[in-house]
Amino acid sequence: MNSTILQTATRYLLPILLLFSVFLLLRGHYYPGGGFVGGLVASIAFVLHSFAFGTQNTMKLIQYKPLSLIPIGLGVAAVSMFLPTFFGYPVMTGLWLEEKIPVIGMIGTALFFDLGVYFVVIGVVLTILFTIALNKEEE
Amino acid sequence: MIDNQIIATVIVHLFIAIVQLMFWRKSTAQRFLSVGGSILALILAFKLFFKVYDGEILTMNAANWKAPFGIVFVADLFSSTLVLLTSIAGLAVSIFSCVGVGRQRILYGYFPIFHFLMMGLNGAFLTGDIFNLYVWFEVIIISSFVLMTLGGRKSQLEGAVKYMAMNILASTFFLTGIGILYGISGSLNMADLAMRIPKIQNQALVEITATFFLIGFGIKSAVFPLYFWLPSSYHTPPSAVAATFGGLLTKVGIYALFRVFSLLFIPNHFTKELLVILAVLTVLTGAFGALIKTNIRRLFSYLIVCHIGFMIGGLGLYSKWALLGAIFYLIHDIMVKTNLFLMAGVIRQLRGTMDMNKLGGLYAQYPKISLLFAIVLFSLVGIPPLSGFWPKIYLFKDAFQLEKYAFAGALIIGSFITLYVIAKMWAQVFWKDAPQPEIIEDKFAKMIGYRKTMLLLPVIILASASLYIGFNAEAIIHLADRIATQLLDTSPYINAVLGGQN
Repeated sequence: MNSTILQTATRYLLPILLLFSVFLLLRGHYYPGGGFVGGLVASIAFVLHSFAFGTQNTMKLIQYKPLSLIPIGLGVAAVSMFLPTFFGYPVMTGLWLEEKIPVIGMIGTALFFDLGVYFVVIGVVLTILFTIALNKEEE
Repeated sequence: MIDNQIIATVIVHLFIAIVQLMFWRKSTAQRFLSVGGSILALILAFKLFFKVYDGEILTMNAANWKAPFGIVFVADLFSSTLVLLTSIAGLAVSIFSCVGVGRQRILYGYFPIFHFLMMGLNGAFLTGDIFNLYVWFEVIIISSFVLMTLGGRKSQLEGAVKYMAMNILASTFFLTGIGILYGISGSLNMADLAMRIPKIQNQALVEITATFFLIGFGIKSAVFPLYFWLPSSYHTPPSAVAATFGGLLTKVGIYALFRVFSLLFIPNHFTKELLVILAVLTVLTGAFGALIKTNIRRLFSYLIVCHIGFMIGGLGLYSKWALLGAIFYLIHDIMVKTNLFLMAGVIRQLRGTMDMNKLGGLYAQYPKISLLFAIVLFSLVGIPPLSGFWPKIYLFKDAFQLEKYAFAGALIIGSFITLYVIAKMWAQVFWKDAPQPEIIEDKFAKMIGYRKTMLLLPVIILASASLYIGFNAEAIIHLADRIATQLLDTSPYINAVLGGQN
């Protein structure tokens, strides 16, 4: 698809969508949002980019294979799940920093768990969609 | 007592799978990680087993939310025994997979998925929350779908469609049952449910819910009349996968049936009768199905169905000795059935086929391996003093005492047909003259030493576990006795989970 309108719009939409996905990720603990939705929005941003510029260009933009995000995300989530055991709590207990950090808010293991989910969702969605898109281009 | 060690095996398998994903497409590293991780899991399972052996019941409230509101993990003797058996079988399959599973399958993520499956199995045995049990079942099913279709041959996809359709149906029944149960009792914690269910006014609805669970778990553990997906799908994937499925997946269904029907829905007269009738039909259909099969793995699949009936019957009799027998049988069955499919894999490597008509002469060519296999087959048949013999005594005894003659008859017929098909298989595969040399495709003889060891070592491990169960039957009976006592008297379980707050 070679549409100037879409390409110009995508240049502005991509960073905005990515920012929005981070916003969704951060507010997810008490309000609607979270890692899953955030990850979907972020992957939609890249899918939009691939519609406008072609899948090859999007892959160049990301540089890394989206597949490698899956173990990273799983690892982050698993470590945040396992961390409380070092402090003598059961697995998955929420540990929180006492001070609030500006903009981000409270930081705890739940945030890192969500971050892991965020990465896994991006990884899975992009892997599936890129595989389908590349197969189609080959045909 | 709060103890994080309960879910150590779950966490080990999770981390192995994640690290293996980081080593995507590096098959050697994945093999080492898999075997190493399985050994670690086995050690942790042993530690957990010895901790709970004296009858203590350990619990862990996930995320520190107190039961019955949070998800609780419970390790009683039944759970931790099954975790231990799963870890032994998992180690064997993991070693076997290093050589027995093709490189292509490993490149496409065989090992990470295998460890996710093991994680799901351990989680299902340890959870004390009925909805969480459903979630672990989903983890198991999704992993097993991937394992079953990995490779993408036509027969595999055909088997996977049947497997998937039946298992999704089972999950739907299970989930519906949970929904109704939550609606009428307001709790999902199994210990809490055990206290609330007797107080529910509408006991008819409770019985209907119990039937939903029975159907759901019945499909998963291949009970008559819902078993037919098993023989038509278990012969399609590689032998290592079939070993995991045959040895462990149906047993999760059995575990869930035992747990649910001993803790939540104490069987009344009708349920007991129903379970015994189902058991009789399962034994008979499985046995008769096995009679006519010529493919080794199809034959073993029908034997799985047949022997599932023994355990369901033990649950249906619902007396202490019958439960003891059924649990002993479960312990024996996990070891032997896993081993049977691994053996089928070795035979395939030796001869390139699993069709009994095209096999033969293995005893002449490989006498030592044949003797090893003979131990396993004799354990399965239950020739005294091997492991299949002891549990049947208890089942027979109580079937007669409780005057369930149909079940006693089915036990006899089932055992005899098992003996007959195994004898037939022995004659066909090992004693018959070898077929024409040109159709033999012996990959095994060309293998270098360590690869041969990797194929045979798991069979040896599981065969020695079977021998241990058979020769040290007193210890196993003692263990099964304690488990049966814990199943019949659930108050320690409930107290451990709810902390005596009621």
